[in-house]
Amino acid sequence: MGLNKVVKDAREACAGIQDGMTLMVGGFGLCGIPENSINELVKTGVKNLTCISNNAGVDDFGLGLLLQGKQVKKMISSYVGENAEFERQMLSGELEVELIPQGTLATRCMAAGYGMPAIFTPAGVGTEVAIGKETRDFNGKTYLMEYAFDADFAIVKAWKGDTMGNLIFRSTARNFNPMMAMAGKITIAEVEELVPAGELDPDHIHTPGIYVHRIFQGVDYEKRIEQRTTQKRA
Amino acid sequence: MLDKNGIAKRIAKEVQDGMYVNLGIGIPTLVANYVPQNIEVVLQSENGLLGMGPFPFEGEEDADLINAGKQTVTTLPGSSIFDSAMSFGMIRAQKVDLTILGAMEVSENGDIANWKVPGKMVKGMGGAMDLVASAKNIIVAMQHCDKAGNSKLLPQCSLPLTGVHCIKKVVTDLGVFDIRDGAFVLLERAADVSIEEIQSKTAGKLIIPDHVGIVE
Repeated sequence: MGLNKVVKDAREACAGIQDGMTLMVGGFGLCGIPENSINELVKTGVKNLTCISNNAGVDDFGLGLLLQGKQVKKMISSYVGENAEFERQMLSGELEVELIPQGTLATRCMAAGYGMPAIFTPAGVGTEVAIGKETRDFNGKTYLMEYAFDADFAIVKAWKGDTMGNLIFRSTARNFNPMMAMAGKITIAEVEELVPAGELDPDHIHTPGIYVHRIFQGVDYEKRIEQRTTQKRA
Repeated sequence: MLDKNGIAKRIAKEVQDGMYVNLGIGIPTLVANYVPQNIEVVLQSENGLLGMGPFPFEGEEDADLINAGKQTVTTLPGSSIFDSAMSFGMIRAQKVDLTILGAMEVSENGDIANWKVPGKMVKGMGGAMDLVASAKNIIVAMQHCDKAGNSKLLPQCSLPLTGVHCIKKVVTDLGVFDIRDGAFVLLERAADVSIEEIQSKTAGKLIIPDHVGIVE
């Protein structure tokens, strides 16, 4: 049916992702990353990707897996520590890296989803981030003009989703996922629990299905913790 | 000289009842341990959380609930969760009252460098540039000198900048400084540190008022 966005699995969801494309990939660190889709991209071997993602995973998980396979041409991120293979490729010049402020990254995604070509932000004014960028003063303060992202695919992970593509995120696994979901020319959502349309309370939807083109029930989530920090019981 | 906890304890005195506060990684994180019990403060974590609580008890970690340092945390009663655009929206709109972060260098006109050392692996600025560009009240927590003994309070930053004209207060192991009118103004010194030592270790312009307090 026309508005049923459900596809069978990651393989069907990632169909059409080709060499040289630009992908947005949701998540903050390893929290809220689309594990199934990343694994599928590793399998397909698609190459020369430009990935817009806040971080680059770790060596053996998340986007680090695509880096291991040398599938990424360029990373656009705000913070890329915790990844030795990333460092090696960056220093050897194999991997192009564009570092941009985290809020700028989020808001450039948001702008794409809101149909706005650019935003103005003070982040980076007077720093190397501002080099070559247009500035404008408002109320005595200088702002940089930053363009909305243009991504072929956005790949996000949600907690629950319905067959019409409506999404609900859980806890801080929300992070970049909602704005990336809004920003892809084609948006793929993988979810921990896929339910029939009508089961989710419309008041609780974070991302309306209009933004989502393909949705599937994810499997075998590892949900790895990057920094396991605890306290002992008194 | 103040140790890391001493710096954090002193900064905690700047935290007032009713504030929304963003704490950076390192010494700033320790500030939370010294906020008085009798005031109410909400911690913002820029990955999308207001009302960050302590680390979870062993066995209660939730992979979906982390802070900006990717550590597992908890929520407190009254907390809220939101996406990254809204998180930086509230920072940009100056809804967050106080930002506390570390630095490699600070200059006498309030510039800060804390994200990149040429020749070393660059990890990225994360949210630091957004925070310093928008926060109305920023306190820097850092060591006064680097490991080689060079002053980190400078006439001009030598490292790539994170933000310009944005830092108003610096707390180091040696003392507490306001930055105003193109100079570091010594407000308080650590009990066992002389004004002469601070003078010799401060490369930027230093103003020493008639009265200099002792850090408690």
